[in-house]
Amino acid sequence: MNTDKKQNKEEVRLMKGNEAVAHAAIRCGCDGYFGYPITPQSEIMETLMELEPWNTTGMVVLQAESETASINMVYGAAGCGKKAMTSSSSPGISLMQEGISYMAGAELPCVIVNVMRGGPGLGTIQPSQADYFQTVKGGGHGDYKMITLAPASVQEMADYTVMAFDLAFKYRTPTMVLADGVIGQMMEKVVLPPFQPRWTEEEIKQNAPWATLGKTPDRKPNIINSLRMDANDMEELNILLQSRYREIEKKEVLFEEFDCDDAEYLIVAFGISARICQKAVKLAKKEGIKAGLLRPITLYPFPIEVLKKYAEKVKGMLSVEMNAGQMVEDVRLAVNGKVPVEYFGRMGGIVPTPDEVVEALKNKLIK
Amino acid sequence: MTEEIIIAGFGGQGVLSMGKILAYSGLMQDQEVSWMPSYGPEQRGGTANVTVILSDERISSPVLNSYDTAIVLNQPSLDRFESKVKPGGTLIFDGNGFHKFPTRTDINVYRIDATEYAYANNAAKTMNMIILGGLLKIRPIVLVENVLKGLKKSLPERHHHLLEMNEKAIHIGMDLIKKVN
Repeated sequence: MNTDKKQNKEEVRLMKGNEAVAHAAIRCGCDGYFGYPITPQSEIMETLMELEPWNTTGMVVLQAESETASINMVYGAAGCGKKAMTSSSSPGISLMQEGISYMAGAELPCVIVNVMRGGPGLGTIQPSQADYFQTVKGGGHGDYKMITLAPASVQEMADYTVMAFDLAFKYRTPTMVLADGVIGQMMEKVVLPPFQPRWTEEEIKQNAPWATLGKTPDRKPNIINSLRMDANDMEELNILLQSRYREIEKKEVLFEEFDCDDAEYLIVAFGISARICQKAVKLAKKEGIKAGLLRPITLYPFPIEVLKKYAEKVKGMLSVEMNAGQMVEDVRLAVNGKVPVEYFGRMGGIVPTPDEVVEALKNKLIK
Repeated sequence: MTEEIIIAGFGGQGVLSMGKILAYSGLMQDQEVSWMPSYGPEQRGGTANVTVILSDERISSPVLNSYDTAIVLNQPSLDRFESKVKPGGTLIFDGNGFHKFPTRTDINVYRIDATEYAYANNAAKTMNMIILGGLLKIRPIVLVENVLKGLKKSLPERHHHLLEMNEKAIHIGMDLIKKVN
């Protein structure tokens, strides 16, 4: 790749979260992006189109006729062992749910980026985190789980795009990068990940032995399908998927802690809310409130064990989300009644401010 | 040092790009930067605003509810953000089209008639750079040389002949800005 030589690895750039996703996708050897424009994530496909990776890495970038078509193109590409991805924002992700469930059933890896906006319905283009349930509880039908990474900075938009592909292939599962309008639209400093070449046909055979690669005289043909008419077969697949999910829950939990050591109150927040809460923690300190912040990075698998640990230490927890209170349910399940768990959030595209979080902490927990 | 800035005005006044230039200037002097635009329908004709943070430390929240400095270029923006300037902070407004003026006395209020100057001198396209110059006169948060470096980096090469014009605009702004209270 000639782009490789031009690239100074240490270069710090300034770009939007959406742009960082596009750069990272090309750099991690993504084979194909299929998408349909929607605010606030359209810059992902716009940047890919500008960068013209088909001239450098050979990556395909295609604007499909709809979100439904995009996810099914991803389905097809993934079936061939290709690193395929799509991105959208909330209403578009709803349209993709059938395809995601099919890919989970067919054990296919892919990366889906959701830059959330306010809903329900067509909603607003302003930032939101109201697709938490849809993402971690299985927005499509059937018993499946989707590994979910929640970036909180432009740097993480790039890093988690790469990580999402690795996890997707490791566990043969659709993987989501769950961002929101703020992270997609804001500009910050970013150091882009190093270039990895796309897999060759040989590498696909090695890394994805399940892939359909046309006529293969040296082995039995692979068939990719999510339809199993025999209930016994279907249960067998479910048992396999569930054992894989248990392994993911054991091995892939990620979280970040801020000022938690001597915390009496624990704020739990993900994505952009976690950034806002970092400032809230500092403001609370000035008022003499010992608050800490736990930021789940993987929303599925959820950091249950660390929450259990803090439930033994703190007086209460506050889940701060840009929705009507979704993750708070998982925090409560993890804590299992040990300490009070309250919720604070704004809905419909309103971003809470650090002061509001401190007020909520005082009113709901400290009183 | 951390400087938290809001720039607000009508879509098309160069609010977002002024913020971008500040962010690039911060990048040029190795600061942490964040640039958070309003990207809603207001970008298309209504009010547009951008929050820019320059800091020597890691930036926590890119979303703020009070600011060290507010630059307001129209009446709705003044109405919305005057109360959000921290006590002792700075408010800069362009006098064009205002019928109600800032009233707070616990902040430093400056007026810069950049719009008027720009139209009288056929320099509408550098209006935002004039205002940026005014800002840098009273709050030298970034060096002018870093602004120019940042501009050079963010502008495609075919626009590099405009750099001189922009530098001139910065110096004009430095002369135009006046303390009101």
